[in-house]
Amino acid sequence: MAHMNPIASLEPGQDRTMILNMGPQHPSTHGVLRVILEIDGETVVRIMPDIGYLHTGIEKTCEAKFYQQVVPLTDRIDYLCPLTNNLCYVLAVEKLLGLEIPPKAQWMRVLMNELTRINSHLVWLGTHAMDIGALTVFLYCFREREDILRMFEMVSGQRMMTSYFRIGGLALEPPLGFFDYVREFANRFPARVDEYENLLTGNPIWGMRTKGVARITAEDAIALGASGPTLRGSGVDIDLRRDMPYSGYENFKFKVPISQDGDVFARYICRVQELRESIGIVQQALDGMPEGPIKADAPKVVLPDREKMKTQMEALIYHFKIITEGFAVPAGEVYQAVESPRGEMGYYVVSDGTAKPYRVHMRSACLANLQLLSKMCEGRLIADVVAAIGSIDIVLGEIDR
Amino acid sequence: MPLAPAITDLEQLRGHPALARLLAAGVVVEGAKFDRDEMTIYVDRSSIREACVLLRDDPGCPFNFLSDVTCVDWYPQEPRFEVIYHLLSIPKKERVRLKVRLNSSSPAVESLTSLWPAANYFEREVYDLFGVRFNGHPYLRRLLMPEDWEGHPLRKDYPVEGYR
Repeated sequence: MAHMNPIASLEPGQDRTMILNMGPQHPSTHGVLRVILEIDGETVVRIMPDIGYLHTGIEKTCEAKFYQQVVPLTDRIDYLCPLTNNLCYVLAVEKLLGLEIPPKAQWMRVLMNELTRINSHLVWLGTHAMDIGALTVFLYCFREREDILRMFEMVSGQRMMTSYFRIGGLALEPPLGFFDYVREFANRFPARVDEYENLLTGNPIWGMRTKGVARITAEDAIALGASGPTLRGSGVDIDLRRDMPYSGYENFKFKVPISQDGDVFARYICRVQELRESIGIVQQALDGMPEGPIKADAPKVVLPDREKMKTQMEALIYHFKIITEGFAVPAGEVYQAVESPRGEMGYYVVSDGTAKPYRVHMRSACLANLQLLSKMCEGRLIADVVAAIGSIDIVLGEIDR
Repeated sequence: MPLAPAITDLEQLRGHPALARLLAAGVVVEGAKFDRDEMTIYVDRSSIREACVLLRDDPGCPFNFLSDVTCVDWYPQEPRFEVIYHLLSIPKKERVRLKVRLNSSSPAVESLTSLWPAANYFEREVYDLFGVRFNGHPYLRRLLMPEDWEGHPLRKDYPVEGYR
């Protein structure tokens, strides 16, 4: 049927324009984003993103799982910041349950979350620079990213799909030598950020490709639902870690980088500054890491120690109950938002009082940020579309869910 | 930390700035709930746009950012659908949740795209996955599922494993 075809809905508006498909396999679209362009020569007249190629129905799947079984699904939403998604979901469920989390678990969550932010920003910086033609940066960024993935592997046994945060605390105690490894990395990292900046910030070609390109005003960014560095790059000073703190972020001191320019370069500068601030938070977390348990004292929700299970009948029973029938969560609803590397990541969890969530909805920062694309690109060259897509840092797994 | 019971009494909640603003302007408020530090206001479906305009342009606490639009299907209860709007005030760092209840016979509500263009994708997603229509939406088509898909997957009467 003709009206079913999305291309048909974007007919050339004038005789001199034509329709061009970019993606879904185009390397600069970071996964499977398809962008339909109406172009007049090299100039973009209209632009329409077409998404859904990675839709896996995670929200529907969640409704058929126990609360604790949803945690691994949240990893798979945004494969560049799995721990941020873990955190957001477990915070939402803990709020529903009214659980108190011990300080060490909270600080570990902050530490891992900031490492995740660095990891995500490194992938963004590498691929964004590569899209625009600076190939070297990619190799530098992935060198440091490898160290961070090794840290994830140390704590959780997994490099990417970590599921390290659990409802009520952490999955495991961090292993011996982990904090030394992170500290060594944290000492080394600021010099590495200087390296990236040496390659890009003062580079005249980088400046010409990014300054004044894909500009967006603060009003437009707010109206279109932008968040994170994309919003701060337009001069709106909001960071959920500082303004609506969660998981003990109120104990940390950090600056929130903003820029007034609203172009690709502004968003680049914001994220690079965030790399430096994040490593500062990591240092603070290492210095002040409290001692104590890593799991809340809630035997009906948190799995018992393996050692206790071998000696105590009660622990074994709780383990059996949690695994086979889950745990009931008091009826209610919670919207928990965290500052993910891409912006406001929100989990809306509705409970009907049973052991399975009635509804889990993920507010995707990228989905909203993607709506900025037409404002950014219309009237500009096709090459700027590539720069604009890179600058809003999309992850299609999170957009399509 | 035991959970505090939810407050659902409209009189007790009158002091909340968002609710006070809506009541003062005469918007049809069906109820309100303060639970787990989160404020929920139930608004009649005919006044959702008016309520959003009031909250967005409130000089004291402007809820100027539309965080999210989503839906919950309470099948087989009636009213079946709850459309949920999460608003954020960037200057005041406050959140409020607005809810509209819709019957299964005509699940439709006014679109907010003219207030916040951000609602465009959010409402398309709700339309795609729940079949709730948004009147006045400029481009109400499926967003995530294929164009020729039958049914709305997040409805509760749609099987998890899909139709085979």
